[in-house]
Formats: sequence, C-alpha cells, structure tokens
Amino acid sequence: MPDTSVGRAQYDCIVIGGGHNGLVCATYLARAGRSVLVLEAASQVGGAAVTSEFAPGFRVSACAHLLHLMPGSIIRDLGLESRGLALAPGGTPTTAIAPDALPLPIDAADSSALARHSAADAAKFAPYLARLRRLAEALYPVLDGAPPRLGTDSWHDRLALLRIGWRIRRLGRADMRELLRIGGMCVQDLLDEHFETPLLKGALAFDAVLGTSAGPRSPGSVFPLLYRMAAEVQGSSLTQPLGGLGAVSDALARAALAAGAAIRTGSVVQRIVVHADRAAGVLLQSGEQISASSVISNADPKTTFLQLLGSEHLDTGFVRRIAHLRARGVTAKLHLALNARPRFTGLSDAALSGRLLLAPSLDYIERAYNHAKYREFSPAPIIEVTLPTVRDTSLAPSGGHVLSAVVQYAPYELAAGWDNERSRYANLIIDTLERCAPGLRASVQALELLTPPDIERQYRISGGHWHHAELSLDQFFIVRPVPGAAQYRTPLGGLYLCGAGSHPGGGVMGIAGRNAARALLREAA
Amino acid sequence: MSGEAQPHYQQPLLHTPFHRRARALSQVDSFIPWSGYTTVDVFTFVEQEYFAIRNACSLYDLTPMVKYRIAGPDALRFLNRLMTRDIGKLRPSRVAYSVWCDDAGHLIDDGTVFRLGDSEYRLCTGERQLDWLIDSALGFDVEIDEVTAQTAALAVQGPTSCAVLRAFGLDGVERLKPFELGYFALPPALGSGRQLMISRTGFTGDLGYELWMRPEDAEDVWDGLMQAGRACTIRPIGSRALNMARIEAGFVLPNVDFVSSQHTLRVGTERSPIELGLDWLVDFNKGHFNGRRALLEERRRGPRRRLVGLDIEGNKPAHNALLYADQAGRHAIGSVSSATWSPTCKRNIALAMVDAPHMATGRQIWAEIYLNRELVWERRMARARVVERPFFAPERRRATPPADY
Repeated sequence: MPDTSVGRAQYDCIVIGGGHNGLVCATYLARAGRSVLVLEAASQVGGAAVTSEFAPGFRVSACAHLLHLMPGSIIRDLGLESRGLALAPGGTPTTAIAPDALPLPIDAADSSALARHSAADAAKFAPYLARLRRLAEALYPVLDGAPPRLGTDSWHDRLALLRIGWRIRRLGRADMRELLRIGGMCVQDLLDEHFETPLLKGALAFDAVLGTSAGPRSPGSVFPLLYRMAAEVQGSSLTQPLGGLGAVSDALARAALAAGAAIRTGSVVQRIVVHADRAAGVLLQSGEQISASSVISNADPKTTFLQLLGSEHLDTGFVRRIAHLRARGVTAKLHLALNARPRFTGLSDAALSGRLLLAPSLDYIERAYNHAKYREFSPAPIIEVTLPTVRDTSLAPSGGHVLSAVVQYAPYELAAGWDNERSRYANLIIDTLERCAPGLRASVQALELLTPPDIERQYRISGGHWHHAELSLDQFFIVRPVPGAAQYRTPLGGLYLCGAGSHPGGGVMGIAGRNAARALLREAA
Repeated sequence: MSGEAQPHYQQPLLHTPFHRRARALSQVDSFIPWSGYTTVDVFTFVEQEYFAIRNACSLYDLTPMVKYRIAGPDALRFLNRLMTRDIGKLRPSRVAYSVWCDDAGHLIDDGTVFRLGDSEYRLCTGERQLDWLIDSALGFDVEIDEVTAQTAALAVQGPTSCAVLRAFGLDGVERLKPFELGYFALPPALGSGRQLMISRTGFTGDLGYELWMRPEDAEDVWDGLMQAGRACTIRPIGSRALNMARIEAGFVLPNVDFVSSQHTLRVGTERSPIELGLDWLVDFNKGHFNGRRALLEERRRGPRRRLVGLDIEGNKPAHNALLYADQAGRHAIGSVSSATWSPTCKRNIALAMVDAPHMATGRQIWAEIYLNRELVWERRMARARVVERPFFAPERRRATPPADY
C-alpha cells in the first residue's frame, strides 16, 4: 500500500537491522517480489550472531555461540548450506563440570557415568527426557506460528488456536496433565521430583535459566526449558558453525542478496519517518532519508518504539506496556585468547569440543542468582563454556585457542558500576574456570568481557538482553512483546516488528523474521 | 491552610480555604465529599441557590477541582498527544475545554486547559490523573506537578457576576472575553501586591467567571465579594444547584453521564467522546493523539449510542429512567443519566444515552418514570423527544463587556 501522497516510495520494505531475523525477513519479502533494503548499523551484518576478532588473530562468536534453534525448514528454505554454512562435524556433547568433582557427561544415551553418582538417576534420566521431549513437541506449533489474536472472528486466529489445542490434546490425558502441571512450575521442584545428583540437576537447570533473569526456584522456570526443547524439536541438535555464528549470518545475507534484497551496512537509523499516520521510511544518522511503504524493525521493542518511533506516535497505554517490558540482561560473555589448549581435569577430548556447564548444583545457581537481585554479581557465577577452536582451527592463530564463556548472573545495572568492576569480574570468571582447568590463567593472552551494558552499546539492544525481552510466560506468545504488537504488526500502520522481542523470541532461530514477513504479506494481500 | 490542622487520618476529608465561611452560612448542614474535600451540597434550599445562578450572582467553591501545572519545552507536544483537541491553537491567556482518552478511544476525563505562558499550562479536572499524566509524559521533556492545594478557586456565576466583580474593585474584568484569562490586583484596601487570576469560564452556561487565588487570600476575597454583591443579592451555592444549571447548559459530568475508562470494570460501559456528542472536541487533523486510531475506526463504523438531550412531557424529572422505543416498554433503547425540571426553560429536561437508531433530533421515544407518592410507587410512561443541547444558552454568556443587569 504505497503512500501516494509522498510520491512513489524508494522501496517497498525497509528492514531496520541486519540481524539474523532481519535477514530472514528480508529474504522472504524479496522472494515475494518486494523491493527490500536492509539497513545495518554495524560494519557487518548479523547483529548479535556475528564472528568478531577480539584479539589479533582470535575470532569468536560474539554473543550466541551455538546454533540449535533455527528450524531445519528455514535452513533448507533459504538454502543456507549451499550458501556457505557448514557445521562443525560431530555432535556437541554437554558435560557438567565442577571444581571439586569429576566431569559428568549429560548424555541420555549413555548413563554409565551418571550411574556412578546414582543408579536411580541413571534409570530415570532417559524417560524424563523422553517425556519432556513429548511435551515440548506438542508445544512446537505454539512456537512456530504467529500468535493468534483472542476474541476475533478471523478463521486464521481460530485455526491457529485449534492447531495448538489439538496438538496438546493429542498428548493423551497423562501427558497433557503433566504439561499443565509443570508449565508454570519452578525447575527446581521438577528436578527434585526426579533426581538426586546435584551435578545433574545443576546442568539440567542451567538450560532453564540460561539467558533469563530467573533462578531455579523462580516460578515459571520450567517454561524456558520446554521452550528450548520445543525449538530443538525442529532445529538442529547443538552445533557450532564453522567460522562461528557469523557464518550463519553471512549465509543469510547471501540468501537475502540472491533473493534481490539490498543490504547497506554502516547505516545507522535515527528515526522512523511517519507520514499521515503510517510508517513512510527512515531517517539515517547521516541525514539521508529513505522512503518505503513498510518499515520492519529488527531492533528490540523498546528501541523501536521509544527511540526510533517516539511515543508521540503511540498511545499512552501502549507506551506504558513497552516501558514495562522486562528487558534487562543478566548474561555476560567472556572471550579468552589462549596460547595453549586448556586442560580441564578429567575431561575427555571429545567433551572438550562440546559445551561445558559449570553449575554444580541447584543451590549454587540460586545463590548466583541471589546477588543479581540486589544488583551485584556472585563470587561463584554459572558458566557455559565452548572451545570452538578444538574443531575449527580457523578461529585462532596456529596453536592458539579460543574459550567462549556465557556467564550469569551479570546484572545490567550493577550497583558498583561496571566500569569499576569489569576487570574484577573477568578475573573472577577466570579464577572460577581455573579451578576446573588448572593452568588456564597462565595461557590467557587476551580477553574480552561483554557485560549487558556492553551488549547494549555494541549491538544496540536496549537493556543488553540478548532475547530482546525476558523470555517468560508473561512475555510469551500472544503477549510478546506486549498486547497490541504481538502479531508482528504495530499500532502504527506500515510498521512491523521482526526481532527476538517478537514471538517466539530469542536464540538464533529466525522464526520471528519469517513470521513477520508472512504477516506483512498477508496484510497487503 | 485550615484544613491541615489535624493529621489526615483523623480528618479524612480536607477543608478548603473557604470552609469556615461556608460552614458559617450553611443552614442545613448538607456537605458532600469531593476529591478529598468537604464541600457544600446545599446551603439553604436548592431552588433559591439555582435562581442566584440564573437571576443574580452565585459563589461556588471549586477548590477541590484537581489542578496540574504542566510546563517545559515539550508541554505543548505533550498536551497535544494527550488531548483530543488541538492545543496548538490555544493562544496564551486562553482556556480550552477538552477531553482525553485511553488507547481504545474511551473517555478518561474532561477538563480545562489554561495557557498561562509560552510553555506553561494548567490542567483542571474533576479527578486525579497523575499516573496517566506521568505515563503519558514518557518521551517528552515536561514537568507535571499537582497544585490543587496551592490554589483556591471560586466560581462567580450569574447575570450580575461581572457587576459584582467590578463592585469588588477588579477593574477591567469586563474586558475578559469568554475563555480568556487575566491577572487582577486585589482592591488596595486588602493590602497592596496581592493579585488573583480570573478566567471567564464556568460550568453554568451563563455569564460567569472563575477566580484562582492563593489560599491565604481566599477568605478576604470571599468576604469582599459577599460585601460587594449585597445589592445584587449574591448567594453562595452548593453542588446541587450547580447541577441543575449544568444540565440546562448541556454539560456532561464524570461519574454521572459517563464513567472514566480508568474506573470501569464492566466491558462496554466505557464511553467515547463521539458517543458523548463531543465530536467537536476531536481534531483528527492535528497529528497523533491518544485514542486517535480507535476513534477514527469508531467514526468510520458510526457510534453505537449517543448522549442526547431529552424534552420529556410532564414535570416529574426522569431520574435514571429507562428509555423505550415503544410505549409498551418492550424495546429498551437506553437510559437517562441526568434529569431535572428546568425552572428557566419551564421544561422537563434530561441527558440520556440512547442507541444509535434513536439518536436523531426530533425522534420520539418513551421514558419510564417512577413516582413516589407518599410511599406509593407509580410507574409512568412519558413521551420524550430528542432535542438539541444546550437547553439554555443566553446571549449574555458571550457578551463583552457584559451588561450590568
């Protein structure tokens, strides 16, 4: 629906932000015949899914460091594997590590190591996982589609609800009851019902609290676990793309270009231009103005509405909901450039190529979270470690290694101020790892710490939350990011959201980008 | 202020700066709460007070009216996004009546906006709105302060109101045009350097003024006006008489003719400005404002119901009457929200919300009126005709300078 009053728009669609969702969205729009321009503020596309050089010769996936949530359908649809996306060979095993205990492989197929801790746990682990997977599978339609609106007459909305209801009903009585029972529960209660091994429970809870401002005892902490498992149903198993996560973005950019979209990097959008109560283009920081019939924002909701659009174009109630959106990151990233391969006590070589979880018990995680509530960081953080150079030597100079650590809980607003505390925090993380990998510290040549404020600055994500908005029941599905913008459309005609702040949310997934493109195309049809 | 002599928990209702004067003149001890203050419902009897409004001069304490100071570089942008009217057209020293809505285009409240300076405004409203105002200020460089207690206010209304103000010594007040405001020195006899603000505004639909002053000046102004107005039979009035006048003037009253969408609990009981017949306050061409998209949609669809004036046969006020399309009362189409016998128009009038098919002027409908005849209840179906508002709009309300009468 071009705005005829301002003459012909230069593009049908402008996508603000060339993150993975923006690129996915642009590709689908371009394939539908739209002229599309992607504007990326940084010098390379990818948003928070980029590979960046943090020390001379050392490169690392800057934020996300594992690919596991992007549905196979999007990877196939966009032909990513023919466009240069290659996954590191072999799986990505998960191992629980602890300073004072032998590593424990978290592997349902081989529970022999677990059996040495608890025969009961070893017997229960596979059935536990199988059941959660069944429940997660039933939830997949929730994740995949655009959230329906409630109380409308639209067949589209009703059909979407029916599909979800049908999948859940098909679980059968026992599983459906279990899903309803555990859906809002805290993950500690769930794990305590099943297991007794602290190391196992800690590792399983890690995936429930990763990237969220919640501890194992926080209500609703089972939900992110189910969410993650549901996404994995159609996604790949945990993988590390060769060349880091940036390789995914590069392949996505090639797909977008092949579909006919234009991409401009180094183009910072300052404002969304509004004409006659419709989004009509963007104004760049350079002063250049580009017109378009539709604007699709890959930026987070707060940035999109409060900074790029401005509350004067929105109603107070909507602005209030956006302002109240919980979007303060608690996840930090530490990158270490190492001159030697680290040796984790008791860890096999195969395990070293996977991910290592340092979260030795539920209490340990909860204590780490306690500090964050009071705007402090814990002296004993929980950490997810990957060593991408074990399989992908291209990321470091010969003989060198890269350690990529996701660390929680690092509150966005640190009472003592991050400027004063960042080196202490980095050292604390290294010390914590050192206890599992003696000699690590001595091999550190350079490091980079990304706190939530750093992530906010570098990746232009308000609050530095890499899911753009806290992923929790109150900000999910038909209320993500907020009512009034949960179907990718926004209160302003011609403006759409396509980022992780929209359903289904964060992780390098691409579903929000694809669904936003669909919503736009359907509306215009 | 006299009202703050006791701790608030011992005196849940505050006293206005006029309270001692009002208490002394109250003959029937009839007080009602209003926005946290004790105010007079009736001083003597309603009809006598009503006729002071229409035939002489009335004094009404409107201190409890909630007042906000809105100032800052973005004050205008803020108000224009908040209000349905184009506040950009409001010149300095002018006052505008406006309403404001939530996202759904439902009415939150109505009130008056005073432009006190280039980027300083005062908003007067019936109920407290601070949370909505503060949330609406996100993204705007604007200061919002409640100044209710810092400003005493007195409405001086009626055909002789201008004469009374001049007799009190407020020279030049006769030059104030409707919806204009000005600052006036208090008579030198009260001491030099004291001034008040006067706006030619009111809730009676008659010639009248509203006086805004420091609380410490309140009693002197009251005494001076009562003294100066003696020859014009000035009279303090309570809310009951004012209500009759405002129904004649066709003004809507929150919680009577509509319930703020911030307070409604039941779906469908919210009201839009279009439904209240306040379309003229909605400026779709000024840019975005709260509720604009919803109101555009409502305008496209046409309102489902509308507030109309009714002229009802007989002389029994149709308080809360249900309205029907037919005399048999089978087809309900709405209800009366405000009703009174209008002594000036000699008509039985009402404000009523009726369903869309019945809102056209001239339409004849039926009102079901219940009459209490010494505890014997009777039901009467009275013919009612949809008529234009206001019911009473004398030319003197606009004349500048006003005549002395």
